[in-house]
Amino acid sequence: MGTGNFETTIGLEVHVEMQTNSKLLSPSPVHYGDEPNENTNVIDFGYPGVLPVANKGALEYGMRVALALNATVSPFIRWDRKNYFYPDNPKAYQTTQSQTPIGTNGYLDVTLDDGTVKRVRIKEMHVEEDAGKNTHGSDGYSYVDLNRQGTPLIEIVSEPDIASPEEAYAYLEQLRQAVLFTGVSEAKMQEGQMRADVNISIRPYGSDTYGTKVEMKNINSFNYVRNALIFEEKRQAEVLRAGGEIRQETRRYDEPTKSTILMRVKEGADDYRYFPEPDLSPVVIDQTWIDEVAASLPKSAGERRDHYVNDLGIEPYDAEVLTQTLAMANFYDDTIAAGADAKRAANYLIGDVNAYMNKHQVELQDTELTPEHLAGMVKLIEDGTISTKQAKQVFEAIMTGEEPEAFAKAHGLVQLSDPDVLLAWITEVLDNNPQSIEDFKGGKDRATGYLIGQLMKMSKGQANPGVLNKLLLAELNKR
Amino acid sequence: MAETTITRDEVAHVAGLAKLAFNDTELDQFTTQLSDILNIFDTLSEVNTDNVEPTYSVTETVNHLRDDVANNWGQKQELLENAPLAAAGLIKVPAILDGEGE
Repeated sequence: MGTGNFETTIGLEVHVEMQTNSKLLSPSPVHYGDEPNENTNVIDFGYPGVLPVANKGALEYGMRVALALNATVSPFIRWDRKNYFYPDNPKAYQTTQSQTPIGTNGYLDVTLDDGTVKRVRIKEMHVEEDAGKNTHGSDGYSYVDLNRQGTPLIEIVSEPDIASPEEAYAYLEQLRQAVLFTGVSEAKMQEGQMRADVNISIRPYGSDTYGTKVEMKNINSFNYVRNALIFEEKRQAEVLRAGGEIRQETRRYDEPTKSTILMRVKEGADDYRYFPEPDLSPVVIDQTWIDEVAASLPKSAGERRDHYVNDLGIEPYDAEVLTQTLAMANFYDDTIAAGADAKRAANYLIGDVNAYMNKHQVELQDTELTPEHLAGMVKLIEDGTISTKQAKQVFEAIMTGEEPEAFAKAHGLVQLSDPDVLLAWITEVLDNNPQSIEDFKGGKDRATGYLIGQLMKMSKGQANPGVLNKLLLAELNKR
Repeated sequence: MAETTITRDEVAHVAGLAKLAFNDTELDQFTTQLSDILNIFDTLSEVNTDNVEPTYSVTETVNHLRDDVANNWGQKQELLENAPLAAAGLIKVPAILDGEGE
């Protein structure tokens, strides 16, 4: 990959907010969308002398991500201070793990568009704090909300193994899914729960040194990342072809023009004057603790897909849809565990349930549907108690929390499979339609279709079509 | 005066990182003072620290951690009253430009 005679080198630093109950260093709630500064206290405001204590849950979430990305969990962690002054960070430093990352030497196997698998190495992962949020007024002031300040982040730093904007996109999508299936974050892009810092350089093919890196920070859409990289790849190639030099600079992506714009030229490395955090106790992580966390790690999307396809006979595309979110995959697993037919349950989740969620703009966990109720309805269909047509009404009911069997009974939605009742109707219909019997004997298949239609009408749609068909054929052959 | 262990440029650089602006007189003054301070610390380099692990924490305590339980201390109003300026529940600060932060 690359542009003309150049090859592209991309590295990504991804930050994902972890949905713990409380912040990394303060017990303030981690909750998106509350009133400004509602979830803050003296620790979040960076008051002196507060002596914070680190959140064990945040460390365990970090360990989950490290394990899911095949990394080595560090046996010893001490915290570091990364110093910078900015109003969204009132302490004037970020608590991070620069020297002892929670995970090192991981990797993610990324499936590319052409089906090949590329291993992207992950250099390290840090548990650290998010900053607050600034909004810029038109009145010469900026406004700061510290609700987000101190939210635990997992920072995932890739090696520069990514060779094209498309690979970067695939990596981000599959990284998001890997993190999603650790259960530590819903990684909602629109809520800024996942953001990427991107660096890209190009060099002539065969060169053994990397080109000068250009950096873009805090991009919160995978499409923007791809577009920014496509633009940058081209821009840098044009500069080099014209005999120019790439400067080490920070640029930002501008969506309207799909281009990148210079923000500042960097002179030397950022100077954050890291030093060991004196106020937090170091953390020793032994194998027992790692094993405990590993045991709490949900099964990955890939493992689940393999199981669905190989053991349950689900189509690969459908397995893909079922593993779009952890909530959906868990729901599916629970529905199967409750005794539902795997294919029919999958079809309902992918079709009707997804359509319901889209129509009402809700998440699966916000509906009244339970795996037991979905399984109950699927079982009623499978054993012939209700028809798929009747199931439409039952479906509406279970989406509002009704128990399927009780609902079907209460609303007369029960299929007629009783041979005695069905035979009486069949006799009546056959007596009234001698021509159809002639047609049937003459080899016209259409004749049975007409008779079934008559019988369904008589049963007001409640006859079990399978049973009805069998009985009708037997009767026809007798005449 | 002893040889300065920190240069005037370094002092200016660190001051810049801390968003502090010093005039020439102040820069000279701080360069001298900081050099003196660093010279005193230099005494430590007389001690042989080969094979001595750095001290990251002065206590022996490890794994002093808090369970992940949320507790809102309800300090919003007091904290905002303590901010130099606040409006609509937000801290009001002189205009800042995007991208200056981390």
